[in-house]
Amino acid sequence: MTILAFTVLIALGSFIAGFLGALTGLGGGVVIVPLLALVFGVDIRYAIGASLVSVIATSSGAAAAYVREGYSNIRIGMFLEIATTIGAIMGAMIATHVTTSAIGIIFGLVLLYSAFLSARPQPDVPVDTAPDRIASALRLNGSYPAGGGMRAYNVHRVPLGFSLMFGAGTLSGLLGIGSGAIKVIAMDQAMKIPFKVSTTTSNFMIGVTAAASAGIYLSRGYIDPGIAMPVMLGVLAGSLVGARVLVRARTKWLRLVFSAAIVVLGVEMIYNGFSGKL
Amino acid sequence: MTHPSLDDRGIEVIIGNLLRAGVLIAATVVVIGALIYLSHYAMQPADFGVFRGEAAALRTLPAIVTGAAHLRGKSIMQLGLLLLIATPIARVMFSVIGFADERDYLYVALTLIVLAVLLYSLIGSGVA
Repeated sequence: MTILAFTVLIALGSFIAGFLGALTGLGGGVVIVPLLALVFGVDIRYAIGASLVSVIATSSGAAAAYVREGYSNIRIGMFLEIATTIGAIMGAMIATHVTTSAIGIIFGLVLLYSAFLSARPQPDVPVDTAPDRIASALRLNGSYPAGGGMRAYNVHRVPLGFSLMFGAGTLSGLLGIGSGAIKVIAMDQAMKIPFKVSTTTSNFMIGVTAAASAGIYLSRGYIDPGIAMPVMLGVLAGSLVGARVLVRARTKWLRLVFSAAIVVLGVEMIYNGFSGKL
Repeated sequence: MTHPSLDDRGIEVIIGNLLRAGVLIAATVVVIGALIYLSHYAMQPADFGVFRGEAAALRTLPAIVTGAAHLRGKSIMQLGLLLLIATPIARVMFSVIGFADERDYLYVALTLIVLAVLLYSLIGSGVA
């Protein structure tokens, strides 16, 4: 295959990944690495480097739209970014000490878990709860637009959420993904933050988290511009188009199809990891 | 208990626009580099299946800038990717100013911690 054909095909595949990721809310980053490694035969280290860069692009590109809606909470985001950025550096350090087979197996497990999470029913409106001491001291409590007015919410279990965020950051740095699904779990399940606030704040955090490990990948020579270029441009364009279409699209069956694809990729990553093909 | 004030929203909107501008500039630089890169290498065989690690010229900021100044396609693309990595870092820097403006010194301190971690990663790894 010539470089021109390779570039065009990867840009197309990345566009579709970004498009479906935005439409389903599952993020395109999680399928980029298996797409590059399994379909295009790219070394998994180059794949992770390219994916990491695309994650920064989609997170930063979408932030402006989320901010306008008024859901994201920058104090929660900034406080938790202390955990995710330190975790991301840890993850990037671990990445050089484990085999590509091990990375493939961990990646496959994360893919399966993401698909499982997306099949879970959407959490309902949180009940009013008493303020938490640590959350109040850190001024994490806030309010968000709901039903024509602003609804106040209290944040809970800050140490648990902070620890989970450290784990999400480590996975992000190790696998070159946004870890959006785990970030949302930490916020809406552990810290009892409303779902809409959790998803938008998570998206805001993903770019900063990925930036913490991207420098390490770049200095190690894992970021090849020949691969990262079509991936970044494709995912970015796909996610921007996807976000436009999102308002009108019926995403239920799409989520199902995309989740099924993620399961297949997850199983294949684990199989290839065990058989030493990565 | 504090609710996000109008000031908070104001900062967030500026930050959101800053991020979008950063991504647009980075993407433009990457596209320019891609055109030069493809004009030289389009018909050569693609070979990314074996990991070799990038050349030193594509691994540190000074080397990338030098390469880009010589209009090397790969260096210009890598410069665009570095600009993209710098975008969220600029966002964190801007948040420091925003919180200082609100006299929220707790969050000035927390944001400076995040900034320190990001800069440690870039400088400690030898990129910048």
